[in-house]
Amino acid sequence: MFDAIENWMQAFGWLPDGLITLLIILLKIVLLIAPLMGAVAYLTYFERKVIGYMQVRIGPNRVGVFGFRVWGLGQPLADAVKLMFKEVIIPSGANKGLFLMAPVLAMAPALAVWAVIPFGSEMVIADINASLLYVLALTSVGVYGIILAGWASNSKYPFISAMRSAAQIVSYEIAMGFALVGVILAAGSLNLGQIVAGQQGGIWQWYWLPLLPLFVIYFISGVAETNRAPFDVAEGESEIVAGFHVEYSGMPFAVFFLAEYANMILIAVLAALMFMGGWLSPFEGVPVLGDTFLAESSIVWLLAKTSMFLFLYLWFRATFPRYRYDQIMRLGWKVFIPITIVWLLVVGVLVITGTPPWFDVA
Amino acid sequence: MNAMVAFFKSLSLKELRAGMAVTGRYFFGKKFTVQYPEERAPQSPRFRGLHAQRRYPNGEERCIACKLCEVVCPALAITIESEQRADGTRRTTRYDIDLTKCIFCGFCEEACPVDAIVETRIYEYHGEQRGDLLMTKEKLLAVGDKHEAQIAADRAADAKYR
Repeated sequence: MFDAIENWMQAFGWLPDGLITLLIILLKIVLLIAPLMGAVAYLTYFERKVIGYMQVRIGPNRVGVFGFRVWGLGQPLADAVKLMFKEVIIPSGANKGLFLMAPVLAMAPALAVWAVIPFGSEMVIADINASLLYVLALTSVGVYGIILAGWASNSKYPFISAMRSAAQIVSYEIAMGFALVGVILAAGSLNLGQIVAGQQGGIWQWYWLPLLPLFVIYFISGVAETNRAPFDVAEGESEIVAGFHVEYSGMPFAVFFLAEYANMILIAVLAALMFMGGWLSPFEGVPVLGDTFLAESSIVWLLAKTSMFLFLYLWFRATFPRYRYDQIMRLGWKVFIPITIVWLLVVGVLVITGTPPWFDVA
Repeated sequence: MNAMVAFFKSLSLKELRAGMAVTGRYFFGKKFTVQYPEERAPQSPRFRGLHAQRRYPNGEERCIACKLCEVVCPALAITIESEQRADGTRRTTRYDIDLTKCIFCGFCEEACPVDAIVETRIYEYHGEQRGDLLMTKEKLLAVGDKHEAQIAADRAADAKYR
């Protein structure tokens, strides 16, 4: 498709090649970011709806579209408009430059990571070799936004929150990194596309089974990494009001919000890619279904798996009370890291002995 | 040994899964939300909403300015002034209830010996200007005149418990 557009642009004759490349890249970025922002907006809606349902309420159902009340589907649009027109208040004691830069620093990595996320065997903006490393690096950078927000607000609660989230994210990054080392061992590659390719052959071939502890730890660390309940001490309404974004209003606040939800979707996509076979169909190689459309790998499977993980996020939030801070640290350092190290050894043995059905091919 | 067993049991995440099963069940359960403007929660005849002053069937106002309600009011929301009329009866010249102070405890209603000051079922009202929520005698009587049927029915329904 992009080749066709490139040919069409070259047919003009007067466009320089560099500009055409730039335009194509911009087009790809827009095609990725626009649906992502839509997904973020509607994730907030589904969060309110799902948590409402679990609390025996019905959630937002009033704001419709063009006068039709369609289960409140207009709610995210109304929220977006409201936030855009709200006043941006900058506290008089705040460091103005840093204060306004913090949301950008939170948002930019959350979007930049998506460059290497493959949505199909060919559907990826930047197919780089060490894409997993890139993902790890950029997700770590995201915390700078939070720390800077806490610092630049020049206010006590945001500062406490920044300290908390810095310590928490550093701790869980290690467990998360080790869990990903397991994936790298199993797949023998740092490229997300190849990691998915290594899981070919139906639901029992996916890495979630041999790497089950790593899978669980990865997802839980991901929840902690995105500062979501039950690890949301950085926001901790009951103790420090809203944590690092206490002093933010209007669009800067909305940008933090978008970054948080974009990161949630990212963790869910990564979990789907690395442990649940990405865009591969679960029915591959099943006798009866194997020949039907159900066995075809497509982006629909990836989206379905991602939605499943996102639902888990919301389910967690509706179920679990917030962890105490020292319990979070204990869980990260004393439970997750030892377990991942032990299981890395197990994975190593499995890979070396070429245990079927996962590792016999390579 | 027990600690070891407990540790490995905790790895199965049994409690967490049990908790998620509960919320998962409620996800499909019946929702209790009352969708307010279309649906209403049921009201008791004792509902304590907006105040009203009542009249006797002959049109005479009930209030005799005994000031029991003013005394009993814990929020000091009631202000009463009175004088003697030409026919020798004592009546109020001023009877104000400041709804911004009122806590809707219902003590004024209970203190009243002649059932003059009552609280109605009305709970949907608002003020757009300063003073709109200061209920003067005229406003209170107007509320009473408008909703007398409902007020009388509620008093009758509750009478046997008093």
